[in-house]
Amino acid sequence: MKLEKAKIVENVAFNIIKQAVIYIPDDVKQALKKAYAEETSETGKTQLNAILNNIELAEKHKAPVCQDTGTIIFYIKAGTQAKNLEKVEGALINATRRATKEVPLRPNAVDPFAQRNSGDNTGRFIPFVNWEIVLGDSIELTVMTKGGGSENVCVTGMLVPGQGITGLKKFVVDTVINAGAKPCPPTIIGVAIGGGADISMKLAKKTLLKPLNEPNPDSEIAKLEKEILEAANMTGIGPMGLGGKTTVLGVHVDYAFRHPASFPASVAFNCWASRRASARINADETVEYLTRKMEM
Amino acid sequence: MVVYKLQTPISEADIRKLKVNDMLYITGTMVTARDQAHQRALEYFRQGKPLPINLEGLAVFHCGPVMSKQGDKWVAVAAGPTTSTRMDIFEDEFVKNFKVRVVIGKGGMGKRTTDAMAKYGAVYGAFTGGAAILAAKAIKSVLRVEWFDLGMPEAMWIFEVEEFGPLTVAIDSHENNLFTDVAKNVEANKQRIYQKLGISQ
Repeated sequence: MKLEKAKIVENVAFNIIKQAVIYIPDDVKQALKKAYAEETSETGKTQLNAILNNIELAEKHKAPVCQDTGTIIFYIKAGTQAKNLEKVEGALINATRRATKEVPLRPNAVDPFAQRNSGDNTGRFIPFVNWEIVLGDSIELTVMTKGGGSENVCVTGMLVPGQGITGLKKFVVDTVINAGAKPCPPTIIGVAIGGGADISMKLAKKTLLKPLNEPNPDSEIAKLEKEILEAANMTGIGPMGLGGKTTVLGVHVDYAFRHPASFPASVAFNCWASRRASARINADETVEYLTRKMEM
Repeated sequence: MVVYKLQTPISEADIRKLKVNDMLYITGTMVTARDQAHQRALEYFRQGKPLPINLEGLAVFHCGPVMSKQGDKWVAVAAGPTTSTRMDIFEDEFVKNFKVRVVIGKGGMGKRTTDAMAKYGAVYGAFTGGAAILAAKAIKSVLRVEWFDLGMPEAMWIFEVEEFGPLTVAIDSHENNLFTDVAKNVEANKQRIYQKLGISQ
């Protein structure tokens, strides 16, 4: 039996939402294990141990790793030759509704005026869909289910161009310190500068999809990522803000060129429960799961 | 660091033994309450209306769980803590009026809550943020749900729990607050970090 294209997109989107909320990616798990081995604070170690136990339990019981299953955000790479693109958004909404019921997910979409929860994780602009057009005939779907605690401390600042990268470093360190325990540390941090207020945040948030073991290919930027990581881990905030040397698991930096008068900078946080998953639907309708193999 | 295992209802004398950095596991009755349940409970108190459950000696959990109805029974699927600072504006009155002995959440709470805990005898237990399945597995049964009109996350869920933890005592009933201690340490470290990065203030 041949499924129609919209149904395939819906099924794949459902599967990656389910993968994302249950299974923490391997690179994050490895980073947490390393942090546990190296943490010297007793309280910090207890927290990391609870996190690792929880990840294992979630996998075993196929249950969402955190009760805040987040806001559903999709990143789509649409091939210029891909067909039925007009059906993709509808399929993503259907997948979100199904996942809310069947995984299940916590209903997290609230009408800000009526203060009413829609109950199915959908509403105006939610799930949000970021589109990118690429060469080819496949469609690549990525989902990020973004927790509220880490979202609440994301910040965009308009820095002074004359203070340059040193000003940026201060901005990031201050932001990490102000965030404290709130984003469920150890966190993953995305930093981006340039473009404009909206562009820098969009880039910062998108870097949270990158695996931790992939530093920026530009060696100067990779050096900055490492420097910010070390600085953040000198704060002493520690796991869950209870003290310790593991505050941040990784830092990703991206940039756009800036206006001569502007130095927009954004810091996006992800909690340790970094939830992301991708899959590619080829033109012949075969599907490749890119973050984790699909269990049949 | 001492490990305590307490059974609800917890007496004021027992809770006053706990010190910051101790580890706590709770067995017994626990209710969830986030912003809206706190608000409603205090409204009830002002109007002289009884709460759906007497909270004296119990634990209140800042949590908006994922629940699933299986037949006519509710099951906790995922139930980690939410950020407690949002409840700072309610918690002093909550501790005072309802005599809860343990407040559970993540991220810590401020001076108002710390003072109330010292005055009336309660502690704040930090549960690992995001450890939702660890929490759900300690919930042995869902006794009932109250105020479901507030929605699944904001409703008051009444759980029977067994060895719920580990909770790190982060505020004790002697005016000690682990988060305030960490913040002081972080402030001192900030100067070292600025120096290392060549940041002049």
